[in-house]
Amino acid sequence: MNRIGALIWKDVLIEARSRQFIGAMLAFTLIVIVTLNFAFDLIREQRETNGAGALWIAILFAGLIGIGRSIAVERDRGTLDGLILSPIEGGSLFLGKFGAALLSIIVVEAIALPVFAALYDLPALDPLVIGIVLAGSIGLAALGTLFSAVTSGIRSREVLLPLLLFPLLIPILIAAVRATANVFEGDRDGTLRWINLMLGFDAIFIVLSYLGFGFLIED
Amino acid sequence: MATLLNRRDRWLNLTGIAGLIVVSIGLYMAFAYAPTDRVQGHAQRIFYVHVPMAWLAYLAYGVLFVGAVGYLWKKDMKWDRLARSSAELGFLFTTLVLITGALWGRPIWGTWWQWEARLTTTLVLWFIYLGYFMLRSYAGDRERAARHSAVLGLIGAIDIPIIHQSVEWWRTLHPEPVVLNTGGPNLPDSMLYTVLVTFVGFTILYAYLVGMKYRVEAARDEITEREMTRMFTTSSETASPSTSPQRISPASGGMED
Repeated sequence: MNRIGALIWKDVLIEARSRQFIGAMLAFTLIVIVTLNFAFDLIREQRETNGAGALWIAILFAGLIGIGRSIAVERDRGTLDGLILSPIEGGSLFLGKFGAALLSIIVVEAIALPVFAALYDLPALDPLVIGIVLAGSIGLAALGTLFSAVTSGIRSREVLLPLLLFPLLIPILIAAVRATANVFEGDRDGTLRWINLMLGFDAIFIVLSYLGFGFLIED
Repeated sequence: MATLLNRRDRWLNLTGIAGLIVVSIGLYMAFAYAPTDRVQGHAQRIFYVHVPMAWLAYLAYGVLFVGAVGYLWKKDMKWDRLARSSAELGFLFTTLVLITGALWGRPIWGTWWQWEARLTTTLVLWFIYLGYFMLRSYAGDRERAARHSAVLGLIGAIDIPIIHQSVEWWRTLHPEPVVLNTGGPNLPDSMLYTVLVTFVGFTILYAYLVGMKYRVEAARDEITEREMTRMFTTSSETASPSTSPQRISPASGGMED
């Protein structure tokens, strides 16, 4: 547990000093939120369902550019070897990188959600929506970290990562969009099965990634 | 060694011939024996190809999964060969099930495509296969390609039922299963026999094709290995300082496994 904490702290320190990730993720998320308004007209009719979709597209893209690179930067900086040589087994290494990834996306969401709520007059700061965003982000961060390791050594990783990640994230995307739209429309009971689906997904893929991560970084 | 290979070849060829015969009988039955559907007309006959293709699309993924688990566990290339052989056929059958489904859907549903649970899941399966191949082709050395694609295959296998569940809750319109449902098969006997014959025929054909593909992959692995060994030995014998570093570096990739 201490080791995982140290790994997360390491990434937090690097981020605090370099500010290379969260700034980029945040700027990107905000421009996506604004751009999607021109595609879907988020202030007229059906803005509840369209708004939920726009919010999740923005979160998905933020995850892609932030989390998707989290292992690749270790490789580029030459620090991946250090991590592999350290007395931390693959599973804990995964939890550390996953924790840091989740933290970074939560920071981005903490700023993007109020902006989204203000721009489109939708209850994006409802505690239930925040819960849904957290449940969805966990799954996104878990598979994002895992496939970041898969694609880290590959030159055309920007193309490959979404191709691998998007199909596998479909349950999270469907559940998160539906649940968020339910809250926006005022149907709070309808969200329950979607939240359960997301939590189940999160649990399964955290365990699988924990077990599989060692296979991916041993080279 | 030679006789062993020959015997294996003979079995493989027999499987291929058997598959061809049963598929031919099945296709004959589909057109001559099975009655014309009262509501759907001749378009219904695509069912006899469509259902086996759908089954094989998922069976092939099941075999890929077995190969992936086997490889991660034993670290033996033969499991990876099985996985990649089955993946290629699975991709073919997934493509065919999507095409035959669209051809049937156009006259019956009035549209090529519906965003319904089973269709959507199969389309996602197609993309997972596609990602699997792209990962393999980008991954570089064989050992890493095998390891990484095995993890992807495993994650995909666990994810597919969840994808199906999520899409099912999302929307549904596919005709209910008529062969495998709880009240027993819900179609005339002649149609049932026909689909069973094509089902068995195409499954045998799949087994044959996996066997053939496995042989091709084994031969390809052996060629790579021989080339590596040859490059390594010749470069160390000639020991020309200008060329040897480039020649040794690919060889070292092959020596790792």
